[in-house]
This record gives sequence, structure tokens and C-alpha cells, in this order.
Amino acid sequence: MLTYAIKRVGLAIVILFTVMFAMYALVFLVPGDPASLALGPRATPALKAELIARMGLDRPVPVQVWNFFASALHGNLGYDVWSRRPVAAQILEVFPNTLFLGAMALGWAAALGVALGCLAVVWRGTLIDRLLGILSVSMIAVPPFVIALYALAVFAVWLGWLPAIGAGTPGDPVSQFRAVLLPAFAIGITWVGYLARLVRASMLEVMGANHIRTARAFGLSEARIVGRYALRVAIIPTIAVLAVGFGSILSSAVFVETVFSRPGIGMLIVSAVAKRNYPVVMGTVLFMTAFYLLVVTAADLLIARLDPRVRDAFRG
Amino acid sequence: MTAPLLDVRGLSLSYGPVRALRGVSIDARAGEIIGIVGESGCGKSTLASALIGLPAPGATVAGEVRIAGEDFLALPEARRREWRGARVAMVFQDPMTSFNPVLTLGDQLVDFQHRSPVPRAEKRARAAAILARVGLPDPDLALRRHIHELSGGMRQRAAIAAALLMRPMLLVADEPTTALDVTMEAQIIHLLRELRAEHQGAIVVITHHLGVIGELCDRVYVMYAGEVVEEGTVDEIYHSPRHPYTRALIDCDPAHIDGPAGRLPTIPGRLPDLTGTLRGCAFQPRCPRAGPRCLALAPPRVAFGPTQAAFCHEAGR
Ligand SMILES: Nc1ncnc2c1ncn2[C@@H]1O[C@H](COP(=O)(O)OP(=O)(O)O)[C@@H](O)[C@H]1O
Ligand SMILES: [Mg+2]
Repeated sequence: MLTYAIKRVGLAIVILFTVMFAMYALVFLVPGDPASLALGPRATPALKAELIARMGLDRPVPVQVWNFFASALHGNLGYDVWSRRPVAAQILEVFPNTLFLGAMALGWAAALGVALGCLAVVWRGTLIDRLLGILSVSMIAVPPFVIALYALAVFAVWLGWLPAIGAGTPGDPVSQFRAVLLPAFAIGITWVGYLARLVRASMLEVMGANHIRTARAFGLSEARIVGRYALRVAIIPTIAVLAVGFGSILSSAVFVETVFSRPGIGMLIVSAVAKRNYPVVMGTVLFMTAFYLLVVTAADLLIARLDPRVRDAFRG
Repeated sequence: MTAPLLDVRGLSLSYGPVRALRGVSIDARAGEIIGIVGESGCGKSTLASALIGLPAPGATVAGEVRIAGEDFLALPEARRREWRGARVAMVFQDPMTSFNPVLTLGDQLVDFQHRSPVPRAEKRARAAAILARVGLPDPDLALRRHIHELSGGMRQRAAIAAALLMRPMLLVADEPTTALDVTMEAQIIHLLRELRAEHQGAIVVITHHLGVIGELCDRVYVMYAGEVVEEGTVDEIYHSPRHPYTRALIDCDPAHIDGPAGRLPTIPGRLPDLTGTLRGCAFQPRCPRAGPRCLALAPPRVAFGPTQAAFCHEAGR
């Protein structure tokens, strides 16, 4: 198990480095140098030279990459081109909002999606199963931004039940909770449908296994067989998908945060790209990549814990 | 004579067009071990699934399976569920895939006693006691193990232990030794013989291996293409087989071949297509003694004494 964990973490680090090299390459592939791009038409040679020196662009590329990683390891992700504030501080300021949004969205999606998937299996082949199928596919098919806009129009503007914009008052959990409901609803709903389908398919496969027949041969109830014997096995592939889903939900944060004017990582990236604020873009991408890899690696380790066969395959 | 504990009358089962069982009748009394033997694909596992009322989804079943006088198959599903494990228990063919891969053996053996009102700790203790009884060296450790962590012999013992948990009156064991090497097989046979002495009910042992039957059973049913073709005591079947198929099976048994066997003899031909109705005798295309009647008419039951009978036109001649 320990070797397995080390392997997984090592792989995550390699992926992280690859992503950052790719980011660097991208910055240098864009026509024009980052400094003139950032300054735009206002660029005077003096301003440009100053910015180039500040961003370290005058040094050789490998040195730049090395410096970037070295300071990133010390928690320094560089400085905002315009405000000169540390990028790391800006990220940590808004990240809890995005994390809360992602966790809420995935939380309700996973709870409802797994439950609907199990119900479809218990009532497989009946009208309920078919209705659940139609419902799930509709949830997958409707784009989240449409949901977001409708949810905003109905619950915030028309009914006025929930706030339309912002992330709630800092330090006030109730207002933060009210503010997260609509965006979490909007980005979670696709995943309810997706998980319901996935859990159903995975469960149906497991339900044909010999050990399910054994459980029946000992007179266990159908509810217990579905909820314990089949779900324990079927949930394992679902966890890997949930981790990937968390990444995709965080990237959907880019647009919901814009729609709901919610301070968060998505907003930070969007405004940094618009202002050609390369250090912020680079720092945020590095941070989010690292976070995403953390989630996926944690999920792999969780799977290894839940599935004794995987655990033993990597033992020793 | 007491009424049989298990009484199967005219049991038929179809998987869509495939008629896997065609009018099977068998019986077993309390304390008796009966064997069901036949080559692979003749419907043995199908018969086992019907005996516990759990045929594959989509299969249609007709006929009676009476257990202690009650028609098990005619009961509502809720009642059948109450019987399973408690009155009728099954040892499945492949113990590796027959246990849940992510739950521990202990969790499952406790779950399988869900009808018993005793506390969890007591169920666990009972599971450990049964595992010890079937010869697992360290039962408490085994309870904490997953099925893939046990050896083949231990898995098979665990499967037998599971079936014995609730002291069922009918125990069905499908190929209990097929997955094992010769030494393990001998040990499992020895175990089943011991259990038979303690067990009050009836045991049905299903195998394609005649040797197992000879060492374990009182009476034998020989199956061919979804039908019983001959029944009798072990002695009768071994020493005076009447059905040509039974003879062929015995001739192919490695234990019966004297001298250096170059190649194992096999029965020429293969099982008939089970879809649709068979005319005449199912074994007729492979039978060395087949006559014109065998082509046209279903074979009659010919009795040879009180315990032996064969379904064959030629057996009586
Ligand atoms: N679930 C099923 N669906 C369709 N056909 C099946 C199914 N199970 C078994 N059969 C067929 O029924 C026949 C008997 O199979 P089985 O009972 O497994 O034989 P045995 O256990 O004697 O080897 C075979 O022809 C097999 O292909
Ligand atoms: Mg079989």
C-alpha cells in the first residue's frame, strides 16, 4: 500500500511538472513577448524594460522555469503585474469560495445521483426505471449555463428567495450557504444525471455476478443486496469518476462564478487572462493543477483502501 | 418407508428456446446423500439453481420441488426467501467468485445468519465455530480475510461452512471438488462424509466426476441432455449399469482403466442441440445399441429391482 501511494504521488508530481512546462511553452509561443502583450499599446521601451526585468523575462528560459518552480516550492507563486500583490495570497483569499462551491455541487450531485442509480436498479425494467433514465439524460443534456441563468431568473430575480450575486458575507455561514445554493445547483445537476446512469450501469453489471446469486441463496433482501453487496463493489469505479468530476466542476466554476459574480478561482483566472496578467494566470493554473492532482491521487488511494484486490495487487 | 425430504417431480426448465431440463424426477430421504452425475452441459447446475428456486433471470420453470412435503416453487417469493439458507442451502460451483470480493468472509457469514435473532457477536462466534468444524486452521483470522486472500481449499471449506450456518435440511453442493487438486479433493470428500453423519437432512452432490460419487453417495442419478437416464445405488450404477450412457461414462472414468492408459477414452459425438423437442431418445445419435424404436419413441422407464431403473428401449434386453 505504501509503495502504491509513493508511486501515485510520484506520478502526480511528474504530471504537475509537465503541465507547468506546457504552460511556459504556451506563454512563449504566443506571438510577442508577455511584457508587450501585457502592456498593450501603452508600451514604451522604458516601461517594457522595467516589466521584463520585474518578470525575470531577460534571463534564459530554463533559468526562468527553475526559478518559478523553486519559488513555487516555497509557496511563492510570483507577483501580480499590476497590483504587485503576491499571487499566492490572492489565490488563498478566493480559493475557499471555489472549494465550497465545488464540494456543495459534487456533494448533492453524488448523494442524489447514487440514490437514483440504486433506485433504478431496484426497479430495473419498470416504468420507474425508464422515467429515471429520461430524467437523467435530460439532466446531462441541458447545459449548466442555461440552468444557471434560469435558476438565477426564477429563484433570485423573480421569487427573490436567494441572493443573485456574490458569495455571501464573509464570516456569516448562513448567508454563505444561501449564496452557494444556486451556483451549486447549476453545476451539480449534470452530474446527478451522469452519476445516476453510471451507478445504474455499474450496479447492473455487478448484479449479474455470482456473489450476488450467493447473497440471494442465503435469503438476503433485495434492498440489502443492492445497498450493500452490489453497491460496495459498484461504487469503486464511481469514485474515480467523482474525482475527475471534481476537476470538471472546478473548471465549470469559471463560468458560474462569472454568471453569479462570485469571487473565486474562476473569476480570478478570467480577469487575469483579460488583463494579460501572466503571473496570476500561471500561479492559478499551477495551484489548480496541483489541487486537482491531489484529489485524483486521494481518490486512487481511497479506491485501493476500499478494494482489497487493488490493495493487494500493489502490496510489497 | 418415510416420505422423502426432497421430492422433485417432472421438473422442466427452459432458457428461452433452450430446454435445459426436461421432466427431471429425483428424490432424497433425510440422512441420505444422492449424487447427480453427467457430462458438462447436461443441466446439473441448472437443476441446482431450480432446487433453490433461483433460476437465471428469464428462465421458465415447470414441475414440483417438494421439500418436507411443501412445494417450494409454488410458494410466494417472500416465503422462498425465508427458506433459503435456513432450509435449503447451496454450495456454489466456484467459491472464488461466489463470495463478495470487497466484504470480509466474517461480514458475509454474519449476514447469512440474518434470520437468526441472536446478537452479532454470537453470529460471529458461530461462523468461527463452523469454519473450525470444516477444518480452517485459524478461523478468527479467516473471518477478517477477503475471499481472494484464501487458498483454493480454504475457499471451498468456507463455502461449505456458509451453507451449514443455518443447519439447512437440504444441502446442495455443485461440483464441490472440481476446482481442487487431488489431495484437496480427498480432504473435502472426507469432510462431506463426516458432515453427513452429523447432518440430519439430505445432501445432493453434483459432479461430472464419477469417483466423487462412488466415495460419497448412497444413490446416483445419471443425467444426460437435461434428463435423468438412470438411477440406482452406487453399487448398482458401478457394477451393473443398464443405460448405455452410464456404461460409457464408467468406461471413460480414468479409475476404471487398467494398465498404461495412452489416451483417455471419450464418448464419441456430443450433446444434442437442446432447442426444440427431441424425438425419441436423446442419447440415440451416440448410442452403440440404438435401434429403430430409439429414433421414434421416447424411452420407457425400465425398473431393475426396487432401487435401479433406466430410461432405455434396449436396457431390458
Ligand atoms: N443462464 C443461461 N442462459 C442460457 N442458457 C444456459 C444458461 N445457463 C446454462 N445454460 C445452458 O443450459 C445447458 C445446461 O447448462 P448447465 O446446467 O450449466 O450444465 P452443467 O452444470 O451440467 O455443466 C447448457 O446447454 C448451457 O449452455
Ligand atoms: Mg455446472
